[in-house]
Amino acid sequence: MNFDPRFAGRNFTSVGTRPIRPDGVDKVTGRARYGADFNMAGQLVGRVLRSPHAHATIRKIDTSKAEKLAGVKAVITAADLPDLTDGDAAMYDILDNCMARKKALYDGHAVAAVAAVDARTARQALKLIEVDYEVLPHVTDVDEAMKHSAPVLNDAIFTEGLEEKPAKPSNVAKRTQYGHGDVHQGFGQADFVVERSFKTEQTHQGYIEPHACVANVSSDGTADLWVCTQGHFVYRQHCAQLLGMEASKLRVTSSEIGGGFGGKTHVWAEPVALALSRKAGRPVKLVMTRDEVFRASGPTSATSIDVRIGARKDGTITAAEATLRYSCGPYAGMWAELGAMTAFACYRLENVKTVGYEVLVNRPKTAAYRAPSAPMAAFAVESAVDELAKEVGMDPVEFRIRNAAREGTRSSYGPVYGPIGIGPTLEAAKNHPHMKAPLGKNQGRGMACGFWFNFGGQTCTDLNIGMDGSVSLAVGTVDVGGSRASLSLVAAEELGIAYEHVKAVVADTSSLGYNDMTDGSRGTFSSSMATISAARNAIKILRERAAQTWDIPVEDVVWEKGHAIAKGEKYGNLAALSLKEIAAKSGTTGGPIAGHSELVADGAGVSFATHICDIEVDPETGATRVLRYTVVQDAGKAVHPTYVEGQYQGGAAQGIGWALNEEYIYGKDGRLQNPGFLDYRIPVCSDLPMIDTQILEIPNPNHPYGVRGVGETSIVPPLAAIANAVSNAAGVRMTHIPMSPPRILAAIEAERGD
Amino acid sequence: MVEVTLWGSLGALAGGKSKVEIEAKDIRELFRKLAEQYPGMEPWIDRGIAVAIDGTIYRDTWSKELPQGAEIFLLPRLAGG
Repeated sequence: MNFDPRFAGRNFTSVGTRPIRPDGVDKVTGRARYGADFNMAGQLVGRVLRSPHAHATIRKIDTSKAEKLAGVKAVITAADLPDLTDGDAAMYDILDNCMARKKALYDGHAVAAVAAVDARTARQALKLIEVDYEVLPHVTDVDEAMKHSAPVLNDAIFTEGLEEKPAKPSNVAKRTQYGHGDVHQGFGQADFVVERSFKTEQTHQGYIEPHACVANVSSDGTADLWVCTQGHFVYRQHCAQLLGMEASKLRVTSSEIGGGFGGKTHVWAEPVALALSRKAGRPVKLVMTRDEVFRASGPTSATSIDVRIGARKDGTITAAEATLRYSCGPYAGMWAELGAMTAFACYRLENVKTVGYEVLVNRPKTAAYRAPSAPMAAFAVESAVDELAKEVGMDPVEFRIRNAAREGTRSSYGPVYGPIGIGPTLEAAKNHPHMKAPLGKNQGRGMACGFWFNFGGQTCTDLNIGMDGSVSLAVGTVDVGGSRASLSLVAAEELGIAYEHVKAVVADTSSLGYNDMTDGSRGTFSSSMATISAARNAIKILRERAAQTWDIPVEDVVWEKGHAIAKGEKYGNLAALSLKEIAAKSGTTGGPIAGHSELVADGAGVSFATHICDIEVDPETGATRVLRYTVVQDAGKAVHPTYVEGQYQGGAAQGIGWALNEEYIYGKDGRLQNPGFLDYRIPVCSDLPMIDTQILEIPNPNHPYGVRGVGETSIVPPLAAIANAVSNAAGVRMTHIPMSPPRILAAIEAERGD
Repeated sequence: MVEVTLWGSLGALAGGKSKVEIEAKDIRELFRKLAEQYPGMEPWIDRGIAVAIDGTIYRDTWSKELPQGAEIFLLPRLAGG
């Protein structure tokens, strides 16, 4: 990488300002085009037949009657998506999830699909497909699935990570362990020990826009895919591999995205749409219903976690351990492992041990959800930390400050920390007016910390300067939270021009080099680095063109505030040339002026946040009301502070829903009972207070402007902060998320001995 | 020569060792030599391993130098949302 990413302190002109978002008008007027808004002439309607059984062998699928129905142009099953994964286990799981092969593994698992001239015909055709199932015993609960008596989902799964390979297959795909020191010895030094078990139910990311795409496979084997995704280059790779195409023959265009949060990081229905189009010879539009989104696309894990923490009388934690069991759906993942890595990452611990178990269950394939797995681990740990602080007799903030990790601390997941921001977020929370505000009857306050890794990745950006001096910026990271505005600010900053003269677009996969998807809080971190690099490459050309105009050596030309300046007394008579003036002459000084960049953005740096929450509990009904909520988080450098605040508020809002209401509810038959927003209730505006934010700016040493990712960490502390607030308000420790009114009422009544 | 700490599953592929010493100037050379000495690690390296150098995690910058005396820690490649 021919680019120095190190932080260089500077004063900013554009970065840090709050211009109006460039996509705002289109979004509020309905002109913005989302996945389902794209249409092609002659397109067919795709529909998917899904298993009504939680676990069943597929003996036979008879599609003959459906194929004969007038208006049906294609019917596909797994036979139309042969296994081309060449031993890539993760891709095979994605393929099997897109279309069940031998077994239906959850209620809603796709088993066949049709393309027809209209939706009515497609629905009729689905009813004509005859699937011969052998229904098998199922298991949907994470603890039940670990028992020896549980039905085994996959006979090829033998628990990894044990000293000896088990003799029998089981639903425990993997055991992982992290930590250091000797917890047995550490607990021996403790004056107080808190030990608790916690559960969290499965939640969905709740993106408002369902999965949607239009696929068009041409008779020459090339194809186009218009799709709602967090990573169109990744979708291209997945689809090309699963359909046996060369990646360059498939052009993927990302639409606007109505939320992803990790749920749109791998393909779900897109290979099905392409396979239907290939078979029908016409474009196929496939849009999931909300029911399908819930039943068949990526929820987070349900968890069961045991935590034990010990401390001395002076408030020093002497030992901490946790056992974390995370559901993965029917395919192995690294969800418990991420929980095990992050659980105690906020603390300075001499003795710590975490063990994670990846557990297969008959539920949809688990997907990432904003800092995947960390919120549940933080809920368990931060609840126990709060309780331990009380046992010791310390203020919960002071207790955390005393034990907070800092530079030089060995993290619970292994490496020693460099400079980190947990301490400043705790100090800011301690000094925040929110912490001192009075509380009323039945009201409680809670706070909690959270950690997430953040990462960067492969990134490619093009910056083109028009002859009128305006700038087009083509990026490859999908804009999930305002990155086009932020990246325009960065380009304006580097070039020294006004933000209004920069227009950023998300380029399709045929127009730009490969980009990793927008995940891991990497969008602005990575693409801003590539934009800075591209702008600097363009500036090099601008200087060359000015030098050519003046007929002087390029070494004597510098770039300042949007102008080329001839440096030195001998050039005293040369007036500075603006970017606009140089661009206007570009046709005769060498042609178009552009800057290009391809790089790997690494060194994103870990991220910490502290949240404060006030809750009122109605002791008669168990109902709750969030009174006040404050987020404190380090952004490194907030490029567009309004968007950063939006990320903080969004994470908190989703966390509030997760903590208080949201829950997948399965019947004894293994079917999901609440696949819709009426019965699966996410918070709406009237449920939420104004969520206050405090942005800390501790520069990331591995980014020229000091930028850190901000998108994920904000969802880590809410479950714990809210649980601590509810527990303080209700006078009883809450150990089961969501803390819905019936659960709170039951806990209050149990405490009262009713 | 740098000392490299392996996480549990990877340590099992190195004969149960939690630390190994490797002569490597950058991440690329580190991975090449690990694959040579412990062939079982090669599929893991192909799937992706993250390298923490003095606490900063690198996933893809295989040209990153490994300073003498730095703490080198291998971690699973992380998933994100």
